[in-house]
Amino acid sequence: MPEIHALPNIARNPGVPLQLDWFDQIAVNTPAAERRAATLTTRRTVKKEWQAAWLVNAVRCMDLTTLAGDDTPERVRRLCAKARSPLADHILDGLGLAGLTTGAVCVYPTLVSTAVKALDGTGVPVASVATGFPAGLMPLNLRLAEILYAVDHGADEIDIVITRAHVLDGNWSALYDEVAEMREACGAAHLKAILATGDLKTLRNVYKASMVAMQAGADFIKTSTGKEGVNATLPVSLVMARALRDYGARTGQKIGFKPAGGMKTAKDAIAWQILMKEELGDDWLKPDLFRLGASSMLADIERQLEHHLTGRYAASSRHAIA
Amino acid sequence: MPTVTEILETMDYGPAPEASGEVMGWLKARGTFGHYIDGAFTKPAKTFPSADPATGAELAKVAQGSEKDVAAAVKAARAALPGWSKLPGHERAKWLYAIARHVQKRERFLSVLETLDNGKPIRESRDIDIPLVARHFYHHAGWAEMLEEEFPGAVPVGVCGQIIPWNFPLLMLAWKIAPALAAGNTVVLKPAEYTPLTALAFAEICAEIGLPKGVVNIVTGDGETGAALVGAEVDKVAFTGSTEVGRAIRKATAGTGKKLTLELGGKSPFVVFADADLDGAVEGVVDAIWFNQGQVCCAGSRILVQEGIAETFVTRLRARLAKLRTGDPLDKSTDIGAIVDPVQLARIRDIVAKGEAEGAVLHQAEGQLPATGCFFAPGFMTNVAPANIVSEVEIFGPVATLTTFRTPDEAVELANNTRYGLAASIWSENINLALDIAAKVKAGVVWVNATNIFDAGAGFGGYRESGFGREGGREGMREYLSGPVPRAKPETAPARLDAAPVPGAPSTGTAPIDRTAKLYIGGAQKRPDGGYSYAVTGKSGQIGLAGLGNRKDIRNAVEAAHKAGGWGRATGHNRAQVLYYLAENLAAREAEFTRRLKSAGTPKPAEEVAASIRRAFYYAAQADKFDGAVHATKSAHVTLAMPEPFGVIGIACPNDAPLLGFLSLVLPAIAMGNRVVAIPAQAMPLAATDLYQVFDTSDLPGGVVNIVTGARDELAKTLAGHDDVAAMWYCGSEDGARMVEAESAGNLKLTWCPPNRDWSGPGGQGRDFLLRATQVKNIWVPYGE
Repeated sequence: MPEIHALPNIARNPGVPLQLDWFDQIAVNTPAAERRAATLTTRRTVKKEWQAAWLVNAVRCMDLTTLAGDDTPERVRRLCAKARSPLADHILDGLGLAGLTTGAVCVYPTLVSTAVKALDGTGVPVASVATGFPAGLMPLNLRLAEILYAVDHGADEIDIVITRAHVLDGNWSALYDEVAEMREACGAAHLKAILATGDLKTLRNVYKASMVAMQAGADFIKTSTGKEGVNATLPVSLVMARALRDYGARTGQKIGFKPAGGMKTAKDAIAWQILMKEELGDDWLKPDLFRLGASSMLADIERQLEHHLTGRYAASSRHAIA
Repeated sequence: MPTVTEILETMDYGPAPEASGEVMGWLKARGTFGHYIDGAFTKPAKTFPSADPATGAELAKVAQGSEKDVAAAVKAARAALPGWSKLPGHERAKWLYAIARHVQKRERFLSVLETLDNGKPIRESRDIDIPLVARHFYHHAGWAEMLEEEFPGAVPVGVCGQIIPWNFPLLMLAWKIAPALAAGNTVVLKPAEYTPLTALAFAEICAEIGLPKGVVNIVTGDGETGAALVGAEVDKVAFTGSTEVGRAIRKATAGTGKKLTLELGGKSPFVVFADADLDGAVEGVVDAIWFNQGQVCCAGSRILVQEGIAETFVTRLRARLAKLRTGDPLDKSTDIGAIVDPVQLARIRDIVAKGEAEGAVLHQAEGQLPATGCFFAPGFMTNVAPANIVSEVEIFGPVATLTTFRTPDEAVELANNTRYGLAASIWSENINLALDIAAKVKAGVVWVNATNIFDAGAGFGGYRESGFGREGGREGMREYLSGPVPRAKPETAPARLDAAPVPGAPSTGTAPIDRTAKLYIGGAQKRPDGGYSYAVTGKSGQIGLAGLGNRKDIRNAVEAAHKAGGWGRATGHNRAQVLYYLAENLAAREAEFTRRLKSAGTPKPAEEVAASIRRAFYYAAQADKFDGAVHATKSAHVTLAMPEPFGVIGIACPNDAPLLGFLSLVLPAIAMGNRVVAIPAQAMPLAATDLYQVFDTSDLPGGVVNIVTGARDELAKTLAGHDDVAAMWYCGSEDGARMVEAESAGNLKLTWCPPNRDWSGPGGQGRDFLLRATQVKNIWVPYGE
């Protein structure tokens, strides 16, 4: 299979000056968004070989993640081992594939160097959360320092969190300035802006925060930390997808999208890919523009793929854990 | 089959066909279907094929129903009626519940069968049609259970002849059969000839649960079978289909006394304001006109977009159109399936081609259509003039028109610039604007920021030439029930009018000042256009002259009535004040009116005047109390059922009770906000013409009540045939009623021909009059932030 790794083909988003008129009149009708989200997966389905291929694609777009208080270097090494070979050999052989990896691994800053070492030579990028993840309520200089730390230790991508209060208060210039500074701190590393949509509550807020983050230079916009009460949902993802479509229409810039948190099943993996294909197009089915932030989803995908090959329902205990 | 590696390159969806083996096996086993009559399938004589429009393959043969078949079915329904209607509501509820359960247990079977026979995508039959069918039977099991409590004194109509279309075959069956059975009626249903198969499967379900024989009868066939059913000995005809056929049924049933409901065509507006969620609205178009191949009577087929956002909207609509997948209806990833029949496909092609020839530009989804089968690529048309054929005619295919408007007023004007009035969809994030437009648009169903949302708990049905009657909810149940009908009282037929002078004996005393009763139009007394008067004879000879109104007077009166539109927008309280005042002024002239009635020779003049005053009080009381409902439908949806006035109602009054009969019909109509053109008692119009001064002194705005005296049936004919009159009430002879019902077919106005009755008795007033004076508009407002 063709080697597709993160971010090789997409020009980085230089951002634009803050443009309030790109979003301040935005109308998002929540029931309408929910209806669209609910029918995405009833209007489209993939079966047999196509289902297998779409699940494999989800793997190559996956930011395999561990973000827990009890993470240790050994835990991260195990995760990286899974990222290097996310599917058992017999499954890979059965599907006629080789060299499959996940899109990235995603860890805390102090574990970046462990991950970088563990993934050496694989081409799998290391993403680090930063900026006082998950709440972000730290002085800005410390948050920027955290980015520099992670980059310094070899992180290719930085998943930042925004100050939710700026969105709730409509303080767009503060939000813009914050993200722009973070983008600068990232240097060559790509910036994924986590909006923590569960905290933003309204879909209009989600759209506006998405637009400001992109204007400030985010390479990706990401739904959630995984720690909010509500994490990635299809309606929220729909609105973010439409925001990045609109940003692209104005600037010609392609921005990536990363749903994260709460997606656990192979079915979820298909649902989000349908959303991407229908609302944005096939470019957003590749890891340079689409990532699934997940941890347990991979195990379910592996089981489904084994079932696809053998016709027997599979047990996770027979697959290597992440 | 491509490999996983290859698919990873294209990321196509690939095929995802729904299995049809079970259904094909069933069809093969049956082969040829007879009718379902009296609990058993008949041996088919003449048959015709039912085909899969996606492939052209024959699915089965079904029987062509003859007049004899229809008569046998009606006979079976008639025989079953006493037993079924006398069952306790709970017993009928159990049967309806069993139907609902069995539909649910056969949901995939029915979905696949529907998709095969109709061509609609399996997603729709599976997720929309069949779940709604089950919901409809559950809901109506509930009405059966509560019937006596909720509709006290009501009785079933009797045997119902029901004719349904091919666009939602089983769902339309459910909409017809569920309320009919719940109310205690028995039915003969004719499914459309293109799509008879799910109705036959339904018949097997009836047999499976052991429904008493004759309660449900299914006769298959074409339009001739339908015509036979309309002409058969049924008590009610319920039809859903084209306006053209609806009009023919209106004419055919005129004067037969058969209760009639019609759910007909539409050309529904889909209005997008600049402040709308444009992506939501684009998706709304998908659910409106690119749903069921656009073969939806309530489809938002006229997209009206505010000018400032039109370009953006068109761009997004085109982008969305490009994502639609047209093809195999059984494929789970298909958005647009097959058009039901080659005849329909040819019709769509023809209309769209004519529209293009008249200057419209067609934007159509690109991509390959299946090489065979009835497919039409979805699209929309711009550059559409109001007179373009595609603006006016229901295309009944996946093609909408798109035009622009500048202001909310213009949006309403364009939205209402149609002969139809079935549905409307309004998109705006401004609740004030959205509800204002919802109130102003002439449609039976209005969806705010949504479209094509259905539920058994809400009424569905149209204004204007989209028909009359409602299906669903409490409104729908009423269509299958008769209230306690007051005993008819034969009225004295009016004598022939004589416009020539009538010489009498020379007077011996001083001459009284001559009184002239003119017509009352627009709040002013007008001389009749023809310049003739006719003699009004009391018990002791001529008591005066009345104007001999003609067609032009009716025309003028209707125009005046239209100008008084503010009356319909006044509050119920304001209308009540006027009616109370009217009672007050009538009371002040009690003696005068009593004298007038006495001279006319009415039997109990004082009592009639007193009853008239009470009547004014009663409808004043109702004016701000007869209101609507919030239906329990889907979660996070407010579904408002608002009774609205028709607008202009023509009323031909009985010859009996010249004051009370007149007021008993006019007052409920105006209490609800209608304006009326009334023809008072032909033989004794002076009781009504005496009211002019009462009206003038009661603050009744000019044009709310217009009175044209003269030959009742002649004037009623003009009113019934008037395309700008929304409803017509006629109290008179049977021949007159037949004439009125036949003439009403022109614009399909609602008619009501109440028999003459004892107007001072309980049958002279009540909620029934108010129900007749209003049409229900269901407004859906989904909410959520």
